[in-house]
Amino acid sequence: MSFTIFVPADSAALALGADDVASAIRDEAARRNITVTLVRNGSRGMLWLEPMIEVQTAKGRLAYGPVEAADVTTLFDADFISGGAHPLCLGLTEELAYLKNQQRLTFARVGITDPLSLEDYLAHDGYKGLRSALTMKPAAIVQQVTESGLRGRGGAAFPTGIKWQTVLKAEASQKYIVCNADEGDSGTFADRMLMEGDPFTLIEGMTIAALAVGATQGYLYVRSEYPHAIRVLNKAILLARAAGYLGEDILNSGKTFELEVRKAAGAYVCGEETAMLESIEGRRGIVRAKPPLPAIEGLFGQPTVINNVISLASVPVILDKGAAYYKDYGMGRSRGTLPFQLAGNIKQGGLIEKAFGVTLRELLYDYGGGSYTGRAIKAVQVGGPLGAYLPESQWDTPMDYEAYTALWAVLGHGGIVAHDDTADMAKLARYAMEFCAIESCGKCTPCRIGAVRGVEVMDKIIAGQTAQLTLLEDLCDTMLHGSMCAMGGMTPYPVLSALKHFPQDFRQPLPNPLPKGEGTIALSPSGGKLDKGESLCESHINQNAGEQHA
Amino acid sequence: MSQHPQQIASIIAIHQDRPGALLPMLHAIQDATGFIPPESIAQIASALNLSSAEVHGVISFYHYFRISAPAPHQIQICCAEACQSMGADRLMQHATAVNSTDFSVHPVYCLGLCANSPAMMIDEQLHARVTTEKFAKLISGLRSAS
Ligand SMILES: Cc1cc2nc3c(=O)[nH]c(=O)nc-3n(C[C@H](O)[C@H](O)[C@H](O)COP(=O)(O)O)c2cc1C
Ligand code: SF4
Ligand code: FES
Repeated sequence: MSFTIFVPADSAALALGADDVASAIRDEAARRNITVTLVRNGSRGMLWLEPMIEVQTAKGRLAYGPVEAADVTTLFDADFISGGAHPLCLGLTEELAYLKNQQRLTFARVGITDPLSLEDYLAHDGYKGLRSALTMKPAAIVQQVTESGLRGRGGAAFPTGIKWQTVLKAEASQKYIVCNADEGDSGTFADRMLMEGDPFTLIEGMTIAALAVGATQGYLYVRSEYPHAIRVLNKAILLARAAGYLGEDILNSGKTFELEVRKAAGAYVCGEETAMLESIEGRRGIVRAKPPLPAIEGLFGQPTVINNVISLASVPVILDKGAAYYKDYGMGRSRGTLPFQLAGNIKQGGLIEKAFGVTLRELLYDYGGGSYTGRAIKAVQVGGPLGAYLPESQWDTPMDYEAYTALWAVLGHGGIVAHDDTADMAKLARYAMEFCAIESCGKCTPCRIGAVRGVEVMDKIIAGQTAQLTLLEDLCDTMLHGSMCAMGGMTPYPVLSALKHFPQDFRQPLPNPLPKGEGTIALSPSGGKLDKGESLCESHINQNAGEQHA
Repeated sequence: MSQHPQQIASIIAIHQDRPGALLPMLHAIQDATGFIPPESIAQIASALNLSSAEVHGVISFYHYFRISAPAPHQIQICCAEACQSMGADRLMQHATAVNSTDFSVHPVYCLGLCANSPAMMIDEQLHARVTTEKFAKLISGLRSAS
């Protein structure tokens, strides 16, 4: 009798000793003359339980975690391979509330399959989307993606189908698909988990994009901080190619699509799509002026689809199950699901794929179980380093692009970072400016100089010179209005939201001098103002995703 | 000349005809030799029809590339927000206070381990939930290994 044991090889599991656990299991099984099949799966996303191992039982997969190598002997003593009782036993994986209450569309296979087994992929509905796309005309594929309501998951939330339509219509001898896997936002790891846990989904999504717009070459721009993801992707590309899913004449269709991984080199701004193109072309990651849009003049001057990992990885399920199926999830203009990433000072951090409309409070408490330290959660930054800090009064707003815009906040790539009540919001505001100063590409003055000035001004404020607050507001106003991209254009989000909601940390007496009511932050002295519905944030990020041509 | 002129010449030859060859070339050189020897810059530039200044500009733009030999081990400590919320500042302070020729310590902005903060990477080995005790244990392992 052979037993199947799953030990994740996801980076988070590895960082907590999964390799040691795997070899301890191998050794112990050999010592006891037991034949085990060890599958190195992705992570189920319950990251506080990693390494979380599973065994296949007649009733389903049973989970144990968090397991250390030192626990392996007692696990065998308890006959865990047959589902024996042990203090680390968590029950049937699929029944764990954290997982059971999710709506996994994009992450349907992550943690379940062997990421590098094409056979396993096919057995779990893999490549059904591509097979369906191969029977369709390019315009019909684009139509499906448009109708699904899918919007870019990289942060700007621009409709994916509209972007593809522009590239489809562009006349050119060469077109490209570029996957943005630079995932630089603190608090985000969905791209990483998907690339490590189900790389074929991303490859399939890119192949469908290529068929839709007539591209024959694709690039995956992956950050250098993700060595494991790069290894997995490179292996998966070779496997897909050998089986006829990539390369020339894909599945005898006569269509060609080649795919290559490009390793980034540690510059946050290279996640901005035009800086990324510069980087792939072999230059410094300096943001390009738009127009021209990358969809018309992108990589090497050719029409280029640029999408985030999660956008592309959501395409196979849309083509397989239909636009209506995907669109059925979500609310308002935010359709489908978002893989939320719960991080920072949180007891039960992990990946939660849910339809839009869930609230931050549900994620923080029903899933997250409150702070890791057990103290009160004070502020939550949503949407990465350029996202606003949300105070408790905003945690009941449904998580939807438009609802967040109205709060003067962003969903971004779905990263959620909790801070407990020991957090100093002035220090975090200073850090936001410092990060911008370090990572600015230097192309425009409001960002390049503004961020450096911002750090100086924050230092003075922290030292007690509260008169500097006016200067801080002026500076933010200039950055908001005068920056070329969202790096400088959105750094004021964490800064001003921290100031607005936590004035006491800036030595400001309550009430706050800034707020002018819900969803509005007045910026003196120019009076530049953000109102509900017409936020600058949206225009910045949409500009960044190329809304001008919509 | 650098210690690795021939190796570098062959790496240049492998990559020079790829579209957008510079970054893959720089990565391959740094992977092979630990850094990008300044003497190789002219060689890289001429292979790609660029000026040395342009190649230098690219190398200096990216945090990842270095032009001098690194310590035997590289420790990258995440200093981004999620790790800050779990005490990354303290860890960084602690780590930089340790004087050692076995390793050098660098800040990094997110390793994608933000649900298990604070995080760090020693060479390509990831570590999560790093306490100062765990850090001490990990670096003593480095010392005995080197
Ligand atoms: C400073 C900056 C960093 C960004 N980083 C990323 C990133 O790491 N990943 C990403 O997908 N998009 C990032 N973006 C957004 C991209 O510019 C672009 O909108 C996105 O890749 C488009 O893909 P999507 O429509 O599928 O979201 C960044 C934007 C800016 C301004
Ligand atoms: S806002 Fe900053 S990062 Fe963006 S183009 Fe200007 S200088 Fe570059
Ligand atoms: S913020 Fe430290 S690993 Fe992401």
